[in-house]
Amino acid sequence: MSTTSGNMAGTAGSGTIGARVGRLTAWVILALIIFISLFPFYWALRTGLTFNRALLTGDQSILPPDLTWLNFKRVLGLASDAEMVQATGFENSASFDYLLALRNSMIIATVITIGQVFFSAMAAYAFSRLRFKGRDQLFFLYLTGLMVPPIFALIPNLILMKNLGWLNSFQGVIAPFFLMTPFAVFFLRQFFLGINRSLEEAAIIDGAGHFTVFRRVILPIAAPQMVTLAVLTYVTAWNEFLWPLVVAPQEENVQPLTVALNAFTTQVPGTQPDWSGLMAGTLLAALPVLVIFIAFGRRLVDSIQFSGIK
Amino acid sequence: MTAVSPDVGASETRPKPSGKKVQNLTGGWPVAFWFLLPSMVGFLVFFLLPTIRGFYLSFTDWNLIGNNGKFIGLENYEKLAGDDQFYASMWRTLKYVVINIGSQTVIAVLIASMMDRLTRSSVIRGALLLPWLMPNVVVALLWLWMLDGSIGVVTEFLKFIGFSDDLAFFTDTGKVIPTIAAINTWKYMGYTALLMFAGLQTIPGTVYEAAAMDGATEFQMFRKITLPLMRPVLALVLVITMIGSFQVFDTVLVATGGFGGQPGGPVNASKVIYLYIYQNAFNFNDLGYAAALSVILVLILIIVTFFQLKLLRAGESDLA
Repeated sequence: MSTTSGNMAGTAGSGTIGARVGRLTAWVILALIIFISLFPFYWALRTGLTFNRALLTGDQSILPPDLTWLNFKRVLGLASDAEMVQATGFENSASFDYLLALRNSMIIATVITIGQVFFSAMAAYAFSRLRFKGRDQLFFLYLTGLMVPPIFALIPNLILMKNLGWLNSFQGVIAPFFLMTPFAVFFLRQFFLGINRSLEEAAIIDGAGHFTVFRRVILPIAAPQMVTLAVLTYVTAWNEFLWPLVVAPQEENVQPLTVALNAFTTQVPGTQPDWSGLMAGTLLAALPVLVIFIAFGRRLVDSIQFSGIK
Repeated sequence: MTAVSPDVGASETRPKPSGKKVQNLTGGWPVAFWFLLPSMVGFLVFFLLPTIRGFYLSFTDWNLIGNNGKFIGLENYEKLAGDDQFYASMWRTLKYVVINIGSQTVIAVLIASMMDRLTRSSVIRGALLLPWLMPNVVVALLWLWMLDGSIGVVTEFLKFIGFSDDLAFFTDTGKVIPTIAAINTWKYMGYTALLMFAGLQTIPGTVYEAAAMDGATEFQMFRKITLPLMRPVLALVLVITMIGSFQVFDTVLVATGGFGGQPGGPVNASKVIYLYIYQNAFNFNDLGYAAALSVILVLILIIVTFFQLKLLRAGESDLA
């Protein structure tokens, strides 16, 4: 990683030996911090590829002491009973239905992302391109929503879901995030403000309605930022824990991976934890985020430069 | 890319076309209404009304099973004023915030200023960002395993380099809060550093060049240039991260509640305010009291934010 230094910052006095030692020290510290950031993921992989009985010996070798795919297989529900016993060393180990929870997480995150990004974009269009009475006051009101801690709205929202009969349902898990979040509106408004007006003015003089302008002019121009927001929204929805935990406490057919993984750890009281299976499951739960990260990492990194919040 | 809207002012000075066209170009409520309808429904139903209702709930004895809550005035707040558990959980939360924000901010400043002087690589920035993208449940489980008292790899490593005594990170009442604070420092340090790094980009390189000409060392430049000029961005980052830190919950629940453990354990040593609110609402079914606790938490957050912005004079910049 020390080769990726790219265009370095103006290096003041890099000629002197003292400055060189300073830079080298800085590189070593940075490398150490990156190692600390990434090591846990490697260790989870190494653990997932190891039998429990090898873990229990306290073997800390860098490579898996006895390489096996079995843990990943059994988390995916592909292992036979005999293999289960071989892998865990326990007759009946707790398990969780990874594929079901994965499906639930995908449904929840996908629906939330589509709704939130589209409806927030509509609001951002109104706040950035239209003029109407009370616009700035209404936008400010939206922004105050950023300051309220989630737990404050959590209890009233839960009562609302109960009254609607949406407890333990997808609607209940999805609804609060589906129509907007203040952050999404704020984020897109910033971009829409910077789009040149001449294109849409031309379109409107040609007789196009505002919805056509929104769909044909603004959305295509802002597509990269929409994708960035969609990625952030998807990851946030994927990681959400407290809301699905309280709104769908008893329904495995709705619970996302975060809740299912937590339920899995509370199912095995007293016994030696099934670390191999748990780490395989943990990695598989993080896998979609990792894939998104590999695909959109640079964009995410740049969006943090821009937005300054989130 | 800026927060100001350049075109609002511009369109004001432009010669206006006749009435009907202005209406067409900028909409007005008849158009805006339809664009805003979905988000207004979402905002009203899931943000604004719940906030108002949350205040109201704190004056009732609402529970999820039996009743729909009757008005009991200030009873919840009176109970709260004499509730030792509330003070204890607030105190724990404060300890957590100080350890977490303290270590996280120092490390993040270090990373950001090193990156500013060394590299713009997005691979490195990406690697630092990865832990922040992970679900809290995943983060908690990764560290629960690596810090396992008997066979965790980090525990073994610490023993190897000389920490001989008891390393029961999650089962020792004195260690559990610092441990969870450190875990979240791991999760957020790269993200926090990137926020600061973005702020550092606004310091002109010429300032450093001039200092170097005068024979300043890297450390002197860090202390005399970087730190003072970072103050506005530092203030913003501190406000954001501290508000988040006060709301620590997922990591505590998973790290202490798994494998037959008691959430907030051992012996309540990690029962932070969010967990206390959660337990009142969902274990003791006392939503009114939980709402009152939330109101107090919000008030505390507002006060903390206010003083932070005052102390750090967030609005001003030395880079004039």
